[in-house]
Amino acid sequence: MYRYDDFDAAFIRARNAQFRAQVERRIDGSLTEDEFKPLRLMNGLYLQLHAYMLRVAIPYGTLNGARMRQLAYIAERWDKGYGHFTTRQNIQFNWPKLRDVPDMLDALAEVEMHAIQTSGNTIRNVTADHFAGAAADEIEDPRPVAELLRQWSTDHPEFQFLPRKFKIAVTGSPNDRAVTKAHDIGLRMVRDAAGAPGFEVIVGGGLGRTPMIGKVIRDFLPKADLLPYVEAIVSVYNLLGRRDNKYKARIKITVHEHGAEKIRALVEERFAQLRPQFSGVDQARLAGIEAHFAPPDFVSGPTDAYATERDTNPAFRSWSDTNLAPHRNPDYAIATISLKAHGGTPGDATAEQMRVMADLAERYAHDELRISHEQNVVLPHVHKSDLPAVYAALAKAGLATANIGLISDIIACPGMDYCALATARSIPVAQEIATRFGELRTEHDIGPLKIKISGCINACGHHHVGHIGILGLDRAGVENYQITLGGDGTETAAIGERAGPGFAYDEITPAIERLITGYLDLRSGPEETFIETYRRLGAAPFKAALYPESTRRNAA
Amino acid sequence: MSVIVTDTGFQPDDWTGGYVSPEDLPPDDAPPSPLAVALPSDAHPEALAGQLDRIAMIRVDFPGPADGRGFTIARRLRLMGFRGRLRAGGHVIADQYAMACRAGFDEVEIPDALAARQPEDQWLFRANWRDHDYQARLRLDPDATTPYTQR
Repeated sequence: MYRYDDFDAAFIRARNAQFRAQVERRIDGSLTEDEFKPLRLMNGLYLQLHAYMLRVAIPYGTLNGARMRQLAYIAERWDKGYGHFTTRQNIQFNWPKLRDVPDMLDALAEVEMHAIQTSGNTIRNVTADHFAGAAADEIEDPRPVAELLRQWSTDHPEFQFLPRKFKIAVTGSPNDRAVTKAHDIGLRMVRDAAGAPGFEVIVGGGLGRTPMIGKVIRDFLPKADLLPYVEAIVSVYNLLGRRDNKYKARIKITVHEHGAEKIRALVEERFAQLRPQFSGVDQARLAGIEAHFAPPDFVSGPTDAYATERDTNPAFRSWSDTNLAPHRNPDYAIATISLKAHGGTPGDATAEQMRVMADLAERYAHDELRISHEQNVVLPHVHKSDLPAVYAALAKAGLATANIGLISDIIACPGMDYCALATARSIPVAQEIATRFGELRTEHDIGPLKIKISGCINACGHHHVGHIGILGLDRAGVENYQITLGGDGTETAAIGERAGPGFAYDEITPAIERLITGYLDLRSGPEETFIETYRRLGAAPFKAALYPESTRRNAA
Repeated sequence: MSVIVTDTGFQPDDWTGGYVSPEDLPPDDAPPSPLAVALPSDAHPEALAGQLDRIAMIRVDFPGPADGRGFTIARRLRLMGFRGRLRAGGHVIADQYAMACRAGFDEVEIPDALAARQPEDQWLFRANWRDHDYQARLRLDPDATTPYTQR
């Protein structure tokens, strides 16, 4: 894991001192609210429905025990004893007081963390594959590059007041677990003909009210060209992006309006100008950063305890079927801790649970934790013989829900429970769906299925890329939920299609149930997943399951 | 009236020559005189290509503190080779002083009312803009003589 050097530490101290002064200057009137707003946003501080919210960056989703423990401390000392992990590998504290925030930032700095550029019209927290450095299918660990991008984007003088927010994601695997095609810039690691790793550069993806799948503007970018190329993209966007309408200000609209060809030409021209600025110092730094991400010293030893526990403990077997992923070292597993207990708030963890996860990371996982964009926590390196002990500790803390990738592993935005922009509740919808399918005990039979819920058109819950997407809207003061089908956030990214008229709040869970019953009837066998069946048969039979009334009417 | 901010604090505006817009630049063969150009925030700096050597000063307008185009305009002008005086003028706040300097501006011009609300000490607080600069660290050879911020 990356450790700050003196420069990083001094930077954070200076930055926190600046923010402390900015808070004072807001209070004494030196700064107007309009002037203060972008400053607090670029330090992670939002004003929500009921209170301020502090969004803390977990760069590329990587944490250790000490950092997780400090998040627990912050949750208890200045908030209500819990935190909320988000789809962009951040953690949000929902109830801080403005005057406490500078102290919270200092507490973060003690463990080399910050809230810089987690909001505002700046380059946001750079996200990466949550299985980075552990996945069996990886070309290279993407985190050193993500850290290089973090340093480059931090306080970049040109890019603190962009037309709109700007999100970058990096994946080092052909299997895209970082939703790179729905980011302003997606970087997907590929190899050139000679086998050297570089990046496919994707620009202009995004969800929100105008969902777009990003366009490839460079098939292969050598690693050494990364910073000048990304700088060229953002620089072109800063002048070209629209500032007359915030709903048309994201780079996806710039790319859409000008065309990918023109953007590519402008970027290449700008890149030629900027490339000589990077004489290789950045590559020397990258090499230094890479050393921080050296793989842990994997232990070799028998894994019989794992096999025995699977044979004798059905609950453990069920958990290991769903919550483990293949590790590059066959004696190890990647264990995902579900923050999606049936009926709980997706992505929430209490301070006590954070400490349990910190302890487990230190004891069994080479002191590493990851936050996934699916709002779960990952122990990336667990020796298989330790899995029974990990499971037992998780079960005691209410963290052993065996549902990763299943119907109750739902992404949901905070919705009307917290967010000032929301037009409908999303957390209670997620809770009800998860509770219902938990009662039915059918989710393991249903198999892999991604439901994603957004409480407004801004799509923070990624509903466009859910196999089943749910979008909560306000229709004349009444919540109304639209369903989209067939979305996909992976390397085969697709935007879901709207199935038909929306449903009232109390109709949405029964509607999902009809859809699932329909799928179970339609699938060719238990091994055909929901999305595979949808791709084979198209939307029509799923719509028929969803709207039986209109089907009957049409048949009559 | 307006106030000019540099690393040494506030001073009165010493530029009395006025400005022309990029479209109104005098022809190349006009008698030489100190030339100053005012660029709006939606300007394309490429419009001044080939002209930069005869321009003494460029003032880039900042209509509001949330409009960050001027920072990119400044960097482009510097990368295009402009070595004259470069001024950020308008609604720039003290918290943007370091960004302005790092982007290549020599000075910031603010209205008196803003200078009264954000007095000199709030600007001097960021006169250390050369410190803690990730950009300098990522592209500058420690032994090189060309600074990242060319001004």
